[in-house]
Amino acid sequence: MQPAEKRETGADGSISLLALAVGARARIAEPLAGVPIPRRLADLGFVPGTELQIVRRAPFGDPIELELRGYRLCLRAEQVEALRVLPA
Amino acid sequence: MSAAVELVDRPVRVALVGAPNAGKTTLFNALTGSSAKVGNYPGVTVERREGALRNSPRPVRVLDLPGTYSVVGETPDEEIVEKVLAGRLAGESELDGIVAVLDATTLRRGLGLLRELFKTGRPIALVLTMIDEVRARGGKVEPSRLSALLGIPVLGVVGHRGVGMDPLFRILQEPWRWSKPVALPPAPDAAARFAWVDEVSRKIGAEALEPDTRTDRIDRVLLHPLAGVAVFGLVMLLLFQSIFSWAVPAMNAIDAGFGELARLSRAALPGGWLTDLWTDGVLAGVGSVLVFLPQIAILFTFIHLLQDVGYMARAAFVVDRVMGWVGLQGRSFVPLLSCYACAVPGIMATRTIQSPRERLATILVAPFMTCSARLPVYTLLIAAFVPHKSLLGVVGVQGLVLFALYLLGAATALGSAALLGSTLLRGKPSVFYMELPPYRWPTLRLLAKQVWHSARAFLKRAGTIILATSIVLWGLLSFPRAAPDPGRTPAESARANLEASTAARIGHALEPAIAPLGFDWKIGVGLVASLAAREVIVATLAQTYAVASKEDFAGLRDALRADVNAATGKPEFGLPAALALCVFFVFALQCTSTMAVMARETGTWRWPALAFSYMLALAWTASFVTYQVASRLTA
Repeated sequence: MQPAEKRETGADGSISLLALAVGARARIAEPLAGVPIPRRLADLGFVPGTELQIVRRAPFGDPIELELRGYRLCLRAEQVEALRVLPA
Repeated sequence: MSAAVELVDRPVRVALVGAPNAGKTTLFNALTGSSAKVGNYPGVTVERREGALRNSPRPVRVLDLPGTYSVVGETPDEEIVEKVLAGRLAGESELDGIVAVLDATTLRRGLGLLRELFKTGRPIALVLTMIDEVRARGGKVEPSRLSALLGIPVLGVVGHRGVGMDPLFRILQEPWRWSKPVALPPAPDAAARFAWVDEVSRKIGAEALEPDTRTDRIDRVLLHPLAGVAVFGLVMLLLFQSIFSWAVPAMNAIDAGFGELARLSRAALPGGWLTDLWTDGVLAGVGSVLVFLPQIAILFTFIHLLQDVGYMARAAFVVDRVMGWVGLQGRSFVPLLSCYACAVPGIMATRTIQSPRERLATILVAPFMTCSARLPVYTLLIAAFVPHKSLLGVVGVQGLVLFALYLLGAATALGSAALLGSTLLRGKPSVFYMELPPYRWPTLRLLAKQVWHSARAFLKRAGTIILATSIVLWGLLSFPRAAPDPGRTPAESARANLEASTAARIGHALEPAIAPLGFDWKIGVGLVASLAAREVIVATLAQTYAVASKEDFAGLRDALRADVNAATGKPEFGLPAALALCVFFVFALQCTSTMAVMARETGTWRWPALAFSYMLALAWTASFVTYQVASRLTA
């Protein structure tokens, strides 16, 4: 199980990307202390301030397709859950 | 300029760097034509592709680096890119220039990679691909504007149509004349890099692209919760069908061709072991290599086509959840499915799996999938010993046993993957990410070239090992020979020769180890021979039982049933032993071709050796249990 705080709204109003509705837009927020954005995702353009959107979930629920910076990629739910976003 | 003088004497060296799906391979092919040489970087399984720039008065070597999103090495591919760019890879000479290849439709990500490349301090040129798509989506491509912002040469191309290629050919000959990047403040992290990317993107209007509606429309169907799964099933069924049945005529033709060649040679050459070496060792060995080609060609046509069109990532997206349960990835699915035909092309197909750990796990469990070479063995044993009855009047027992054997293989493969993930390959799971590129039309020339490369890679690296082992096994099965006796029929003298051979001695020596499984020395010989390829055991048993040919299926079946132990008067071989032998073939890695390909794809013999050992241990234990339980049940 993930720590409960990942599911909660942060002091800056950020939520877990996993809690964002399909089709809704959001901006990547500053990561929570101790849970930095993995370097690999940062290289792919996941940096604070970047706008993104959940396009869809895979037929079996996971992975999750995202759109950001004009391209689409998919991540597994565990990584999506760890990302913090500010809903638009 | 002194650098220019020095460079006249040696070829200019430039490298293409870019993300997967950026059109790098298409560009490389357009630049180098048919001159590309494909090999491996020493010690790793990363493909190295280099070619000479076409129609260039000055020799220019173009290196196509593996597709990468980052130049900091985490995967083997990225490590190679990092080291080559830094000039730290042994055996690679210094680069005179770097060509960044960016998909013009995804500049807001791609420019981040370019910013990292600036750090190398080498001359850099930027090539924008897919500029036709940008225009189709209402965007503008202004290389000169971008060039003014970045300081470096920028060219826009449509690689597969040759649009915009002439200036690229020209500048590649003289990297030392490329203009230098503008001075930029240091960007210590990704956030700083992308802040710069966002600024540049705004200035060139890269944000103004309309959405790719074609891809959207197709994805609404292909990734639909129900339709998407149905399409996935259909595509996989088609792929399965193609390697399983469509390859068969070509494989039979190759088989028959080499059989005929052997027959003609035998008729034309004097009898003796040299002729036997030629016909049964060399010709049979070459045939056993070439027989894989139809499956490899068909499978790789499919894989490259699905990859080029953009469906491969979607298929992996659909099935990733299911494969994730056993610690694999969506991309493991197609290679494992292919293994139902043959593990050799299946293991080669694992190259589409980006993360090294999941790729290795897939390779290691691939041989458990029931390949087509096991089928003749199962068919013979089931026909000979499983009663031709049906359960409840509908389900045939023979078919049920066959199905159970297939199921056992697949279940073991998935179970082993889960086991490997929690033991040998344990560790932090790699961050899973996969780009879902826009759907694009494939280009036939590129497709043909990719398929040809896969086939050639197999022939060169695995083919030679397969040929060598089949000659060694021929030697074991042929020497020493029995004293000639003109009174014997050809079938009887073949049997006498086999009984005198080293393989028979190994079979006898194996007897204590395999007796608890219900096998006698004759099965032992078959097991040794089947190391060349599983189905060979059928031919060897035919030889042991002095049946005229392996095609005489009924004759062999009856001979197996009628074999009575002279000492005990009991049948040598019954249902329990037959089931045990089937189970042995489910688990054992009785295939040197698979091991050769494993060694080639993992870069070491350590993994095939490990796989062979644990699969043998598993095979022995499972056969032992099967034989002991079945003996008691049927007693």
